[in-house]
Order: sequence, then C-alpha cells, then structure tokens
Amino acid sequence: MRILYFGWVRTNIGLGEEEISLPPHVENVEDLIGFLRDQGDGYRTAFENIKTIRVAVDQEMAGMETLLSGSREVALFPPMTGG
Amino acid sequence: MIRVQKEDFDAGQEIGAISARNFEVGGVASFIGLVRGANEKSQITAMTLEHYPGMTEKILFGLEAEARTRWRLEDLLIIHRYGRMTPGEQIVLVITASAHREDALQSCQFLIDRLKTGAPFWKNEETPVGNHWVEAKTEDETASQRWQK
Repeated sequence: MRILYFGWVRTNIGLGEEEISLPPHVENVEDLIGFLRDQGDGYRTAFENIKTIRVAVDQEMAGMETLLSGSREVALFPPMTGG
Repeated sequence: MIRVQKEDFDAGQEIGAISARNFEVGGVASFIGLVRGANEKSQITAMTLEHYPGMTEKILFGLEAEARTRWRLEDLLIIHRYGRMTPGEQIVLVITASAHREDALQSCQFLIDRLKTGAPFWKNEETPVGNHWVEAKTEDETASQRWQK
C-alpha cells in the first residue's frame, strides 16, 4: 500500500511517501498509525498525538475507523492550512 | 474552473475574461490571499505551500460543485498556488460571478472559508530564526463550519 505524508508528519518521518506491505492485524487507519509508530523515532514523534492527525484514504477524507481493505493509497497529515 | 499551479496569476485579467464572455453576469466578487510579511511572533521572509496533487483538485472541484448548487452562479474560478513565495505574493484567487450580488459575495466567502481548512495545503514559514509549519487556527475552523447546512 502506498502511504503518503505531508506537512510536519512528512518532515518528522523524513520522507514523503513509501510502499508498505501491511501486516494482517492492520485493518483500519488507527491500526496503521499504531503500526507506523513503531517504525522509528521520526514515526513516533509524528504520531505521538493521534488527535492532531488527519487522514485521507484513496484521496477521500477518512477517519480512524476507516477500513483499509482494498484501498491503494493512504495519506497522513496535520490539519490543513490553505488559502 | 479550478487551477492549481506554481505560477502567479493576473486577477484583473481573470475578472475581465469572466465579465466579457457572459452578459448574464451582473456582479463579480473576488478574493485574493497574499503572503504576509509577519505573523504574531516574528517576521516572515518566505512561505512554502505544500499540497497533495490529485486530492487538491478533487476537493476544489467538490467545492465548486457545492457552490454552484447553493448559489445561482454564472461563473466561478479558483486559482491556488503551491511552492515557495515571498511576502506580498499572491497565494490564492477566488472569483464568483452571478446575476445578483448576494450570490456572488456569499459564494466567494464560502469558497475561501472552506478551502482554508478543507483543501490539502500546508504552509511552512521561513523566519529569521528558522522554519516552522503553520498551525491550523480555530477561527478558520469556525469560519468554515458556519457554512454547514
């Protein structure tokens, strides 16, 4: 699965995107964040406070409960600051 | 129409084009967002806008569709830039055109309020003491939510 990072999630982790094979226990977005949090210090910092993380699944805004089965792309990022 | 681009834009030219091609238009409203030279804490030397290519366009098209449903609009244009910009540079342009001023003015405000918190852009400011990501403001969220139906 393609995982994308933006804003300070990207700068904490140190990369903009990566391809990850999800372990079988990762069913929804919250599981994915829990899994990523254990991938290193940058990931731990980025996902320290899950309340500050916004998520899009296949480019649609999603929630922590959103199931990932069949999805191609997940993006994790801070609240948006456009305009 | 939606344009997500690195290049600057000419608001006067865009408004002129909208006014010239449709004589049903009785009023045009516009908003231009600019890079400021300072925030509450420090001077800003530059700002970089990061975005999520693909999703940005999708969200903006969705906002265009919603505005066209809620107001009687003859024309609508959103241009949003990404990349590095310096103070005074234009970031975003919203133009709405309608037979009636209320529809033009309200939809213009709706679009800018909604895209600030709903379109996948992230601002990184450069200051004399270093770079930082801009935090989302509660008042922007409140401004966006007042358009909830």
